[in-house]
Amino acid sequence: MIYLDHAATTPIDPEVLEAMLPFLTEHYGNPSSLHASGRRARQGLDEARETVARILGAKPREIVFTGGGSESDNLAIKGAAWAASARGRHIITSAVEHKAVLNSCAILERSGFEVSYLPVDRYGRVDPADLAAAISERTTLVSIMYANNEVGTIQPIADIGAICRERGVLFHTDAVQAGGFLPLDVDALSVDLLSLGAHKLYGPKGVGALFVRQGTALLPQMQGGSHERQRRAGTENVAGIVGFARALELAQADAAARDAENARLAALRDRLLAGCAGIAGVVTTGHPVERLPNSASLLIDGVEGGDLVAALDLDGIAASTGSACTSGATDPSHVLLAMGFDPQRAHGSLRLTAGRSTTEAEVDRAIEVIGAVVGRMRDAGVPRDAVASI
Amino acid sequence: MGRVVAAMSGGVDSSVAAALLAQAAGQTGDEVIGVWMRLHPDTGEGYEQRRSCCTPDAHDDARRVAQLLDIPFFALNLERAFEQRVIDAFADGYLAGATPNPCQACNQYIKFDELLRRGLAAYGADAVATGHYARVEHRDGRHRLMRAADADKDQTYFLWVLDQEQLAHTRFPLGALTKPQVRRIATDLGLPTADKPESQEICFVPAGDYRELLAERRGYTGDPGPIVDRDGTQLGTHTGYAHYTVGQRHGLGLALGEPVFVREVRPGTNTVVIGRRDEIAARRFSVDGRRFVAGAPPAERFSASVRIRHRGIDIPCEVTLVGDERFQVETAEPVWAPAPGQAAVLYDGEECLGGGRIAGAA
Repeated sequence: MIYLDHAATTPIDPEVLEAMLPFLTEHYGNPSSLHASGRRARQGLDEARETVARILGAKPREIVFTGGGSESDNLAIKGAAWAASARGRHIITSAVEHKAVLNSCAILERSGFEVSYLPVDRYGRVDPADLAAAISERTTLVSIMYANNEVGTIQPIADIGAICRERGVLFHTDAVQAGGFLPLDVDALSVDLLSLGAHKLYGPKGVGALFVRQGTALLPQMQGGSHERQRRAGTENVAGIVGFARALELAQADAAARDAENARLAALRDRLLAGCAGIAGVVTTGHPVERLPNSASLLIDGVEGGDLVAALDLDGIAASTGSACTSGATDPSHVLLAMGFDPQRAHGSLRLTAGRSTTEAEVDRAIEVIGAVVGRMRDAGVPRDAVASI
Repeated sequence: MGRVVAAMSGGVDSSVAAALLAQAAGQTGDEVIGVWMRLHPDTGEGYEQRRSCCTPDAHDDARRVAQLLDIPFFALNLERAFEQRVIDAFADGYLAGATPNPCQACNQYIKFDELLRRGLAAYGADAVATGHYARVEHRDGRHRLMRAADADKDQTYFLWVLDQEQLAHTRFPLGALTKPQVRRIATDLGLPTADKPESQEICFVPAGDYRELLAERRGYTGDPGPIVDRDGTQLGTHTGYAHYTVGQRHGLGLALGEPVFVREVRPGTNTVVIGRRDEIAARRFSVDGRRFVAGAPPAERFSASVRIRHRGIDIPCEVTLVGDERFQVETAEPVWAPAPGQAAVLYDGEECLGGGRIAGAA
C-alpha cells in the first residue's frame, strides 16, 4: 500500500514506541501515587511536559495534556469563552475551521454567545483586516487555525496574534495539522491557547496538549480530581503523553532537520501536483505558496471524491476526499464552499498527503493510478450525485 | 476471476450472500468488495428502533460482517438519488391518486441502476451481487430472470425491471436457498446478523403512516372531500384523497352493514370511490411503462400469469400489447383490487418475463 493520507494520521515512529513501552509495562504506577512506581510515572509525565514546553517556548505549567486535538479545541474555546463570559460573549473564528472548533462554537451559540465566522479568500486565507474589523467591545476570544486540515493553507497566525494582543482579546489557534511542520513558538505567534494532537506527528492516537498562557482563565470541561492543575481531570495517559512528547521532539527539536524534511516533502508534493495537473480537468485547491509542505489537495472534474478514494484503495493507494472526520457526509466540504467552489464541483475533492516514508517512486505510481482510475470513472459517466466513504 | 461488489444492508440475507461469494472466492479467484448504501439520514427521532437498512446499527452490522469475511468495505452515500427517485416519487405517487411502490423503485434506481453503474466504474468490478431471492439463468443466448427456489421468499416481483445488460452483471447467491438455510449458514459462520428480524415496513416511513411525509415533503395536509359509491351517492367524508389507497378497508369511518373498500381515488375532484367486495375486483386492467427482461415481448398477444402484489398469487391471464408502452391484462378469474401505481409482473412458469405499472381498470 502507498500511504498518502498522513493528514488523517501517521504511523507511530519506532523511537516513540520505544519511549512509550516502559510506561505500559514496568512503570505502570499512577502519577498521583506516592510510592516508587507512581513517582516513576510522575517523572515521565514531568519530563514530557518539560519537553513540550521547551519546544513551544512555554513554561511547563502552561501545558495541559488532553485526549487529543479535538479535546484541546473544546477545552480552549468553551473553557476560555465561559471563563470570560462576564466580560463579553462574542467569539470570532473562521469559516474553514476544523469541526472540533466549529461545533464548540455552535454549542456556545446555543447558550447565547455570538459567533462571527470570518470569510476566507479563494485560497482559504483569512484577511487579518477582517478580523480587526470584527473585534468589538464584547469580543473575548478569537480562534483561527494555524493550517487547514483539508487544503493545507497556512493562516497568517502571527499577524492575527498581534491584532488580538493589541485589542486585548484571547487568541487560540488549532495547530493540530501544523504541529509537525511549522514553528510553534507561542510568543512569536502571540497565541494564548494552542491545540496539538500527537497522532498527526507520528505519535499515538488519543493524546494531545493545550498550551494555556499563564494568567488565562479557563473553565474546565471535565470535572474530577485535581489533575493538570484542575484544568483537565482524569488519570493521565502517561505512556501516550511520553510518546507525544518524544514525537514532538523528533519533529521539532532540530529546526534545521525539520526544515530539510519539509523541503523534501514539498518536492514530493509539487511532483504530485504537477503529475495530477497532467490529468484533464484537475485544479489544485489551497494556497499556492502558504501551504503545508506535505499537502496536495485537488478538485477533479467528473468524478465523485468518495468513489475515487474507494477505487484508489482497491488499487493500493490510501488517500482521502479531504477530511477523514467528515467522510461519509453528503454535504460537500465546508472548507471548499467557503473558498467559493460550487457544491457540485466540491464533490470531486481529493487530498494526498505525503509523509516521512513517502518516496518519489510512490508518488509516480500514485499519479499513474489516479490517471487510470479517473479515466475509467469518466468513461462510465458516474454521476455526481453521491458520496462514498469508508 | 474478477471483482464483485456485494451489496450489504446489514441484514442476514445480504450478509450470507457476501459470505457465500467470499467463500467461493478461494476457488473462483474473485475479489469481493462489500458496499453498504446510506439511503436516508439516520439521525431522525426514533431511528434506533427502526428495522431499516439505514440506521447506524445496520452500518455497524454490515461492517462487522465484512470484517469477519476479510473483504474491503465501503459505505456509499446515495441519499440524494434515494430522495428523488424513491421518497419524492412515493409522495408524488400518492398525490396522483396511485399506490406507489417504493421498494421496487429502490431496487430499480438505487440497487441496480446506481450501484451497478458505480460499482462497475468506480470499483472496477465485473458484477454486483445482492441478497435478493431470485435466480439468473443463462439459456439459449439470453439471461433469464427466474423465481427463487424458496417460493415464499421469491423477490422477482421487485426485479422485473432488470434488463439483459444488468442481468449479465448481476448475481443472486441466495437464489437456490431457502430462508431457513440462509439463517443456518449465518449461524454456522457466526455472523452477527444471523438472528436479525426481517425488515417489514417502508424504511423511510417508520410508523407506517405516510401522511406526515406528504405534509412534510409536499405540503399536503388534505382537504375533506366526499366518499361516494359507484353511482356517485355521497356516503361520507374523507380527510384528503391522498390518504387513501385502492383496496383499503379501514379508516373510512363508514358503517354500511357490509364491508366496503376503496375502489378508486380521484385526485382531480378530491373524491374517494368505494365499493363492495365484488366491485373491487377486476378481470381486465391496463398496464403502463412496460418492460421485458428479454428486451422485447414474446408476442403481440400471449398467455402468461400475472402477479399484482409481492407474495401475491399468480393469476393466469392473456396479455395484449397496446401501443409502444402499454399492455392489457385479461384474467380468467377476477383479480382483487388492481391498484394504479402497483406493478403487474408477468411470468411464464418460473421465468419472470417483465411487467409494468397498473394504470387502471380497462
